[in-house]
Amino acid sequence: MENGRDDGRTPNQLRPLACSRSILHRAHGSASWCQGDTKVLAAVYGPKAGTKKNENPEKACIEVIWKPETGQIGKAEKENEMILKRTLQSICILTINPNTTTSVIIQVVNDDGALLVCAINAACAALVDAGIPLKHLAVAICCCLAKDGHVILDPTKSEEQKMKGFAYLVFPNSVLSALTEGSVAKGELMEHGIITSVTQGVISVEDYFKCLDRGRAASSKLSDFLRRSLKLQLPSDLSKVG
Amino acid sequence: MGLPSDSGDLSSEMDVDAYRRLFPTHFYEKHLSLSIRPDSRPLGKARDTTLALGAVGSVDGSALAKIGSTTMLAAIKMEVMTPCTESPNEGSIVIEFHMPPICSPIVRPGRPAEAAPVLSKQLSDTILSSGMINLKELCLIHGKAAWMAYLDIYCLDADGALFDAALLSAIGAFSHLQIPTVSLTDNGKIVVLLDEDESRKLGKEPVNSGKKKLTINNIPFSLTCILYKNYILADPTAEEESIMETLVTVVLDSSARLVSFYKPGGPVLAYMSAIQDCVALTRQRVKELQKILDEAVSGMEVD
Repeated sequence: MENGRDDGRTPNQLRPLACSRSILHRAHGSASWCQGDTKVLAAVYGPKAGTKKNENPEKACIEVIWKPETGQIGKAEKENEMILKRTLQSICILTINPNTTTSVIIQVVNDDGALLVCAINAACAALVDAGIPLKHLAVAICCCLAKDGHVILDPTKSEEQKMKGFAYLVFPNSVLSALTEGSVAKGELMEHGIITSVTQGVISVEDYFKCLDRGRAASSKLSDFLRRSLKLQLPSDLSKVG
Repeated sequence: MGLPSDSGDLSSEMDVDAYRRLFPTHFYEKHLSLSIRPDSRPLGKARDTTLALGAVGSVDGSALAKIGSTTMLAAIKMEVMTPCTESPNEGSIVIEFHMPPICSPIVRPGRPAEAAPVLSKQLSDTILSSGMINLKELCLIHGKAAWMAYLDIYCLDADGALFDAALLSAIGAFSHLQIPTVSLTDNGKIVVLLDEDESRKLGKEPVNSGKKKLTINNIPFSLTCILYKNYILADPTAEEESIMETLVTVVLDSSARLVSFYKPGGPVLAYMSAIQDCVALTRQRVKELQKILDEAVSGMEVD
C-alpha cells in the first residue's frame, strides 16, 4: 500500500470542489468555495469611495478583511490578509477605478487544511461575481511534501500536520486566446509563472521544484473547473466570451 | 508635457533629483539598462552588512544588525515557566517584531504598522521551522520548568529588506545568548543566580551549570530580491521596494536547504529561470552572511 492517504485519494487527486456564486444578497459579489471539508465564503463590496487611509489618486485600493471561524484575529490571519491582498492586487486592473476602495471579506466556515488556498480561490470567484475588472484569474493550490519525499496535493488538516513541508502556490489561469504568441513570455507559458508562493518547513530546493511541477499540472485542472463554474451562471449571450 | 512618455526628452534638461522624483520608473530603467543601481551597486549585490553582538546590556542576549542603512536591534530575555503538557521537555520561543514610528515615515504614532505582525509571523515560522534552536535544550526540569525566550526585534531604520535584517539580528542575538544560572529552592521555586559562587554559598547546586550557550545548527539566512521585467535586484532599498513592487524572499539554511520561498503576489510573475536565479543569489549571500556571523562571534570571544 503505497502513498496511501487517509481518505483513499491518490497523491495527485484533489478533494471534491464546489463553487457557488451570488449567494449573498447585499454584497456586490460573493462566492463560496469548498475543497472537501474546507469551506470559505467571500464577499466583495465596491468599488466604493476611497477611505482616507487607503486613498491613492492613481490606483484603486483593495482591502482584505479576514474573519476566522471563531475568536479574534491574530498574527496568522494578518499574514493571510496581507498575502491575499497582494495576490488580488496583482490580478486586478487597478488603474481603471482610481481613488476607490474594494473590500474583500473572507469568512472561514470550516478549516480542514489548505485554508489560504481555498480563500484565494473564493476571493477570485467573488471578484468575478462583482464584475471587478481582472487581468486574469488566479488559481491557488497547496502541495505537501511527505517525509519520504513524495508530493501530495490538496492536503487535509491532519495530513498537513504530518508533512515535512508544504507550499501554497498561486498560478495565473490558462488563457484561451486566438493569439498563440500572446500568452508566451520568454518561451514559457504565462500560466507557468507563479504569482504567490508561501512555503513552510525545511525542504531541498529540488523538492520545491518538484512541488512547482505538480502544482502547475494540477492548476490547469483547477483553472478549468473555475472557468466552467463561472461560465454556468453567465447569461447565454456572454457564454462565448468566457 | 509632463506625460511619462515625454520624460525621455526631459532627462537632459532637468535636475537629476527632480527627474528621480517625477519619473521614478524611467529613472530606474535608465540605470537598470546599464546594469547599475542609483547607489552604484551592481544588480545582484547586497549592501554592506554589519553585525554587532551584545548591543544591549540589560538582557541575556542581543545583537544589532545593519544592512545598508536598515537597522535592527534584537534582544532576548529569558524567563522560567512551566512547559505545556504536550511537550513537557521543551521550552519555547516567543518572537515579536516592532516597528516604532522612528523607523519610517509610513509608520504613524498611535497606529501600529501593518507590516509588523506579518513580519513577526514570518520570522517565527522561519526560526521555528528551520530547527535552528533545539527547544529541548531550553528544558530545565522535565515537566516542571523550562525557559521561555522572549525575542524582541526593534526596527530602528526601515530602508528595505526588513526581513533579512531582522532575521540576521535574531540569529546574532541567539548566538550571543548566555543562559542564566538558576537553582531550585527548598520550596520548589526556581531562582536566578547572579553567579555560580553564590549558589555554593547557599549550599545548593545550580540546576543548569555548564550549559550557558545554546547550540545553533542549520542557521537560516535570507535574501530579498526584486523582480522587475527581466531584471533581478538583490537587497532592495525602501525606494526600490516602493517603485518595483514584486518582492521575493528566499531563505536557505547553512546546508543549502530551502526554508522558505516567499513571494506574496506582485505584478511580475516568477518564472522558473527567475526562481533559479534568486536561489543562486541567495546561495552566494548565505556564504557572505555566514562569514559575517562567524567574525562577529569570534570577535565577541576575544573580548
